[in-house]
Amino acid sequence: MTARTLFEKIWRAHEVVPETAETPAILYVDLHLIHEVTTPQAFTGLEARGIRVRRPGRTLGTLDHSTPTEAAQASGRIPIRDSSAAAQVAALERNARTHGIELLGLGDARRGIVHVIGPELGRTQPGMTIVCGDSHTSTHGAFGTLAFGIGTTEVGHVLATQCLLQRKPKSLAVTVDGGLQAGVGAKDLVLAIVGRLGVDGGTGHVIEYRGEGVAALSMEERMTVCNMSIEAGARAGMVAPDATTFDYLRGRPGAPAGEDFERAVERWREFAGDAGAAFDREIAMDAASIEPMISYGTNPGMVAPIGGSIPERGDAAFLKALRYMGFAPGERLAGKRVDLVFVGSCTNSRLSDLRLAAAVLRNRRLAAGVRMLVVPGSQQVKHAAEREGLHEIFTAAGAEWRESGCSMCIGMNGDVAAAGQYVVSTSNRNFQGRQGAGSRTLLAGPAAAAAAAVTGRITDPRELVA
Amino acid sequence: MSTAAIRVIRARTVVLAADDVDTDQIIPARFLTTTRRDGFAAMLFADWRLDAEGQPRPGFPLNGPEARGAEVLVAGRNFGCGSSREHAAWALRDFGFRAVVASSFADIFRNNALKNGLVPVAVGETALAWLTAHPGVEVTIDLEAATLTAPGLAAQAFPIEPFARYRLLNGVDELGYLLSQSAAIDAYERSRGE
Repeated sequence: MTARTLFEKIWRAHEVVPETAETPAILYVDLHLIHEVTTPQAFTGLEARGIRVRRPGRTLGTLDHSTPTEAAQASGRIPIRDSSAAAQVAALERNARTHGIELLGLGDARRGIVHVIGPELGRTQPGMTIVCGDSHTSTHGAFGTLAFGIGTTEVGHVLATQCLLQRKPKSLAVTVDGGLQAGVGAKDLVLAIVGRLGVDGGTGHVIEYRGEGVAALSMEERMTVCNMSIEAGARAGMVAPDATTFDYLRGRPGAPAGEDFERAVERWREFAGDAGAAFDREIAMDAASIEPMISYGTNPGMVAPIGGSIPERGDAAFLKALRYMGFAPGERLAGKRVDLVFVGSCTNSRLSDLRLAAAVLRNRRLAAGVRMLVVPGSQQVKHAAEREGLHEIFTAAGAEWRESGCSMCIGMNGDVAAAGQYVVSTSNRNFQGRQGAGSRTLLAGPAAAAAAAVTGRITDPRELVA
Repeated sequence: MSTAAIRVIRARTVVLAADDVDTDQIIPARFLTTTRRDGFAAMLFADWRLDAEGQPRPGFPLNGPEARGAEVLVAGRNFGCGSSREHAAWALRDFGFRAVVASSFADIFRNNALKNGLVPVAVGETALAWLTAHPGVEVTIDLEAATLTAPGLAAQAFPIEPFARYRLLNGVDELGYLLSQSAAIDAYERSRGE
């Protein structure tokens, strides 16, 4: 029998019609996640053609991208101030009602960022195909799923047929040898991987992260890694399901219960790649050599150790990016000024991320002039953090503790930085203006973000946490 | 539903010489709070094209007189990286572009473009360098032959997924095809006990 990768097994199990030279494969979608920003035009298109949603039960909606993170608006107690965002929210509420789709709407205790709630509710399960009109759908690959972002036209295709036309991507193994040093996290690992591959190094490929450095990661850490696969241009990122995966899912509301769960685990185990299965490409990373990382440029491949320097390069595109950032080649990163700190996003807004940030902030105050937003990934994360008292650590330090949502990662709900401001952000993109026109984003992990908030400077978090 | 068939695009180019043009630049996220799929022309490259007062920035290629009527955008490597927002393809179409020429495209953008009659034309670095050095040249993009030609440049073959090319040539949309396969989808669901 041919040895197959995790990706190949999932792909084959979802081929409604295999691809030919003339036609792409018809691929079945197990779970379609939808949110307010990339779906209204898809529903309008279906309605214009009189098409119903084929499998509403395989579709789950939430409100996250354009929703306010201030309590009164986020809970629906007062109307959303931005009228166009309010109209978008109303459109998804109406579309969900019309088509019988479950929507975790404003005021729902399970609402949150689409890539946080899928796993949290146990809806994301090994062996599945998952799509969403959002490029960070790769997050769900942490569970051994094939999960990728699609455009709005394709959202319409999935609503109408539960299927997509897809050419089979290539496979890329990223093997992480050894374990991470103490004080180095999953965000540092994935920033190092994106730095190594470059922003288009994964184009046309599905990445499988493997090796002992990946096996040792928690589910939340694996989600952080898979989340940023798209930043290397990859179609998806995935990790083979194992005991860590199954332990995470046991008891979650969307997961099978009792004996069904044990049977599901047997089925899920079979998706792990066979020994000796071949990948189209392979790279290896040495985990022990990875340091706390930060980005210094205008794409997520422009990263360096916090204790390091900006590379000495003179090409025009590089210098243009540095000019936007107000940096120069060869400058040291540690000690640079920070105005704003954002802890949140589908990359780093889960309970373990908030704990990392809180560990740095405990008994400390934000540096003078620094503003910090902490935006939990879901309402459930928020409440779990509050049960542990993390919110008190954040507010005592002077940070703002908000309702869940995408918030400053994408800056379309009013949570933005001003032109020229430096933002240390636990999100995934440092593109020009991503966090507000003219804003300058420095991507880092939650501990490094908290350290920057305390010192007002780019700081290696290991200096603050023993 | 059918869309307009595309066989040959013959148009002048405008050059935006930049690699890794991400979809946040093509259309910033603050313009995405809409339920429409048109009207994005004014928002295309908003932060590069316009200053904080909304006035055109002199020197930005799309603001020059040479950009008027240019229907082919020539850019750099890895065009359309980042967010999956289809609004990026819509904005380029609304502005008047019918094709983008680059040395490579991000996967999701390429898919979105092909669904909106915006042809992604990936050419080699040498050809791209020539096109970059000859802004405003009239190019001919022949979808049947899958070639780009220009006076002074040898014909450049470009890759295009065969089904996407068939769809564009015949003005057929994907959803119609997928719906025509519903018997196969029914059978698949039955085989899984649904």
